[in-house]
Amino acid sequence: MSTQTLTERPARSTLFDGVTRYIPIGATVALLLVLYLGGIASFPKFDSPQVVAKLFIDNAPLLIIAVGMTFVILSGGIDLSVGSVMAFSTMCCAWLTVDAGLSAPLVVGLVLAFGTLWGLGIGAVIHYFNVQPFIATLVGLFLFRGLTLQISDTDVSMRDIQFFHWGMEHLVEVGKIRTGGFWLPNLSFVAFAVVIVAFVVLHYTRFGRGVYAVGGSEQSALLMGLPVARTKIGVYAVSGFCAALAGVMAAMGTKSANPLANVGAELDAIAAVVIGGTLLTGGAGFVLGTVAGVMVWGLLNTLIAFQGDLSSWWARIAMGVLLLAFILLQRVLARSGEKRRT
Amino acid sequence: MSSYAKRLMWPVLVLVALIVINVSVTGFDFIVPHVNDGRLSGAFVNILRRSAPLLLIALGMTLVIATKGIDLSVGAVYAIGAAIACQMIIDAPDQSAAGLIFSAIALALVVTAVIGAWNGTMVAYFGIQPIVATLILMIAGRGIAQLVTGGQIPKVEDSSPFTQLGRGELFTVPLPIVIAVLMLVALALLTRRTALGMLLESVGGNPEASRLAGIRAKGITVLVYLVCGLCAGLAGLIGAANLGSADANNGGLWIELDAILAVVIGGTALLGGRFYLLGTAIGVVIIGTLEDTIINVGLSSQWQFTAKAIVVFVVALLQSPEFRGWILKPFKRRPAAPAPAKEVAAK
Repeated sequence: MSTQTLTERPARSTLFDGVTRYIPIGATVALLLVLYLGGIASFPKFDSPQVVAKLFIDNAPLLIIAVGMTFVILSGGIDLSVGSVMAFSTMCCAWLTVDAGLSAPLVVGLVLAFGTLWGLGIGAVIHYFNVQPFIATLVGLFLFRGLTLQISDTDVSMRDIQFFHWGMEHLVEVGKIRTGGFWLPNLSFVAFAVVIVAFVVLHYTRFGRGVYAVGGSEQSALLMGLPVARTKIGVYAVSGFCAALAGVMAAMGTKSANPLANVGAELDAIAAVVIGGTLLTGGAGFVLGTVAGVMVWGLLNTLIAFQGDLSSWWARIAMGVLLLAFILLQRVLARSGEKRRT
Repeated sequence: MSSYAKRLMWPVLVLVALIVINVSVTGFDFIVPHVNDGRLSGAFVNILRRSAPLLLIALGMTLVIATKGIDLSVGAVYAIGAAIACQMIIDAPDQSAAGLIFSAIALALVVTAVIGAWNGTMVAYFGIQPIVATLILMIAGRGIAQLVTGGQIPKVEDSSPFTQLGRGELFTVPLPIVIAVLMLVALALLTRRTALGMLLESVGGNPEASRLAGIRAKGITVLVYLVCGLCAGLAGLIGAANLGSADANNGGLWIELDAILAVVIGGTALLGGRFYLLGTAIGVVIIGTLEDTIINVGLSSQWQFTAKAIVVFVVALLQSPEFRGWILKPFKRRPAAPAPAKEVAAK
């Protein structure tokens, strides 16, 4: 439905074929290389492997919500609630363990189940009541930010809960950082696992193919006999689960819950997905592209941190410019695709 | 009853209900304004004064939504408008010079109008979805505002006449209300007394058919986004003048969502086509009153997000024909005919 209401063009323009499919993701990878090599050329310590490792430590939660967002966007929808759901999950982790005294693994299970249920519920509203995804998930954006603030309007520390130290434990440690080694904590591997599972699901299962089909043309998917309802509701459940998981990872990363954390995280995730070559109208894109998109965002921030004089808002401006470039590139590719077909 | 009055009935009833709740808690002081020191004051007047920036933005948003578009960048444009004017004023040696104030306001409005036109060009000429085209500036806009202010929060001296834009009054009526109402009247006249409103609805209904019918659909689209940007800039100026400062990070934060909410409450469908400027104005007042109601009935201010979420949810469901059909099904008389005929009868 959103593809019909938000664009005037029919779905055929969203289909890339042959080599054209890989042009946006190729551009993203090229951009990544340019940023990375540029960093190495400009700053002495940029070639340390820990610089790359740190990308996957700092941005693990963003990577997880961006993967969930990829499912939603591929199906032609959008999920604005992820930032708030993520903050709510982090806050619940803190509240239920520190204040209510529940055991941490139980709380994590509850939070993940709740995120998935929320996704299922809002997906059902979007599908059965034909509410625009933008508006329906806006409810989540307001609701969970409000609930988070009601639980606590100040920081809650989780330092005393041993369970939440698991995330930052070094799982892989190669040499010493000073002598060119690096380390990666558990939470990075959780993010990798999410990416791998998402990749397999999208490319090798019926559900995954359904996501692409619904995003390409919901009408055609329905006429082909694909389970449109299950697919459309499923993608929001995936996104809800990913947002809750990202919230748990953020809890482990910082060991504190801030009620105003992750404001605008949904925008960063959407930007990462688009820069990763996924079409915002749905139907075309790769989850590995999203990984590249998140890395671009992380590298931009790292470059600015290394530079020292520039402020962090330059990362936002650069992200906007990149977004513009990639959207225009997609437009040009889609137009040339139409010309060839007619 | 005309369809116009029918559309406005629900928002008006909600507003009246909210006012009744407030009056029953705080007494008639809530609604009755009184003149204090030569200016109108009172709880409700304050709500209107605070809602003026949101009203300006929601009016622009109504026109954009009428063309089947959406403008997510208004919050960022608000911040840019505020940042440009405040920065220019504090950079000058004399913050009270009339020429400076006027040129600061003019520059801010020109820049925000250009930003709006840029959004419109992306939508009309590059064929990019409105939600995507305006997302770019939603992400980058606050960065641009911070670039203008150098990451600081510029504070204008209280003596500067610029602050009158947010704090002053005209014939005892607070100036923000005057500006917002003037904009409402101007846009209403422009769209209802000329053919422009009909053309807008036509573009929203079907841009291609409108073009074939001889309407310059692309030009109208650009114009609408330009007006929306201009409204956002003006709202930013009023907000900054009221505070005496421009916060690039938090000025107008989430105002785009409030504006969309106001438009939807006012009865304009997000699918484009018919639009109701007066409905939007009522929607804005509902949102403003809701915030006060929450505090007046003794809930903490954190409840306002939750309350807004409930309002969005209820309005979205009420606007969905599928939901209305589902909820009304038990009340409909079931015909004795077999199943296939029942579906026809339901329609």
